[in-house]
Amino acid sequence: MIGTFYRSATPEKPVFKTVGDDVKPGDVLCIIEAMKLFNEIEAEVSGKIVKVLVDDASPVEYDQPLFLIDPS
Amino acid sequence: MARKIKSKLFNKILIANRGEIALRIIRTCKEMGIKTVAVYSLADKDSLPVRFADEAVCIGPAPSTESYLKIQNIIAAAEITNADAIHPGYGFLSENAKFSKICEEHGIKFIGAGPDMIEGMGDKANAKTTMLAAGVPCVPGSEGLLKDGDHAVQMSREVGLPVMMKATAGGGGKGMRVVWKEEDVADSLAAIQREAAAAFGNDGVYMEKFIEEPRHIEIQIAGDQHGTACHMSERDCSIQRRHQKLVEETPSPFMTPALRKEMGEAAIKAAMAVKYEGVGTVEFLVDKNKKFYFMEMNTRIQVEHTITEEVIGWDLIKEQILIAAGEPISGKNYMPKAHAIQCRINAEDPTKNWMPSPGKITEYHEPGGIGIRIDTHVYAGYTIPPNYDSMVSKLIAVAQTREEAIMKMQRALDEYIVEGVKTTIPFHQKLMKNEQFQKGDFTTKFLEEWDYASEI
Repeated sequence: MIGTFYRSATPEKPVFKTVGDDVKPGDVLCIIEAMKLFNEIEAEVSGKIVKVLVDDASPVEYDQPLFLIDPS
Repeated sequence: MARKIKSKLFNKILIANRGEIALRIIRTCKEMGIKTVAVYSLADKDSLPVRFADEAVCIGPAPSTESYLKIQNIIAAAEITNADAIHPGYGFLSENAKFSKICEEHGIKFIGAGPDMIEGMGDKANAKTTMLAAGVPCVPGSEGLLKDGDHAVQMSREVGLPVMMKATAGGGGKGMRVVWKEEDVADSLAAIQREAAAAFGNDGVYMEKFIEEPRHIEIQIAGDQHGTACHMSERDCSIQRRHQKLVEETPSPFMTPALRKEMGEAAIKAAMAVKYEGVGTVEFLVDKNKKFYFMEMNTRIQVEHTITEEVIGWDLIKEQILIAAGEPISGKNYMPKAHAIQCRINAEDPTKNWMPSPGKITEYHEPGGIGIRIDTHVYAGYTIPPNYDSMVSKLIAVAQTREEAIMKMQRALDEYIVEGVKTTIPFHQKLMKNEQFQKGDFTTKFLEEWDYASEI
């Protein structure tokens, strides 16, 4: 997915997930905006978030890692 | 040819392509002070355009349908990098009316033809109607199915003998006949209809004028946003295999100043008829009597634009960018001031029916010296991915005369070392020494008639 990476639904809202949070498949991790379309990106594995690799509101490209998740 | 540029140029151009043409466009942008964005698939992450562009965005996996043809990914890449124009190169999305339109809707300038122009020229029947209306000669034909023998005879009188009759469902040389005499027309039609009904279950047959000893000669044109158009003379692309061009040259050894003037004027008429904006090419078939017929119009930069650049001394990618920015052209036509030949060096084995030979280039040494130009994206250690076309490079030789250009090309081919993959270099070496080629005596059928494989 190519677009702009957002950690929350709107700037006022809290981030979807942060370091230390447990996630399971289907949990929304972030939003990538492309051509005014907001695409929710869901976790594909369950585990604990170890690191967020991209700063909020920065551009991302195809195949770019966004989160480090320690699988459980 | 110094020219004062008045238009505001683009800040940043995204190049929606790969390989040598992406690099070619980046080079011109740098020389014009315009920033560049390369987009690339996972298969191209180690490619030169990615390294040489100011920014690079990965747009998908190796298959082009998921990357270089994926419109939404390319537009998204233009948005996150704030590119204000997109150069599509050749192939991929360069003649895609939908892409041109989407760029327009997003306020990104598509450096190429508008959606209407692409659509108008993309459909062959439509293009022919437009060209006939504009007074551009087209291959005369029956414009529909032949009803019976009498109709066929009447058509052959209108079209002029010899004629070619073809089954609409035919292909691969089947259901096709050339007729030279009027008394044979009706019988041949009946024979093709029988053949076609048996082979394809469809006996529809149409008629076209048979082009004797055809040459593929195309005219480079340019048109600006203000209704001015010009031509930049011809390129002879008759050396081709299954419609894939292998060698191009300008001027054509078949050309005369009078024919160039006539074809140039026809090409300008073609451009004016569609209010053409940008650089483009009008392709013609030319018969042995120097009668020429419109084939199609390409609304993009072509692989062989390089030889025109070499003989007129002007950068055609720069011209595309200037025209897209709104710069007017003078309307003056350009004549060749030298002779240029281009050999397409592909990773293919000409002795094994041109089988593609992707893989890693282990050794690489380019020829050099005066009058030699190489447009390429490869280097020693580069792996040619199997996902795209097999082009390794375009080798261009420029000299004062055709004879000198051929000698120069021979010398350069002998210096050229590409190890690790099979290439078409051995084929070009034989071609440059072929007597018929040296005499300039060839048609589009040349490679069907010459047993090159046994000579390599």
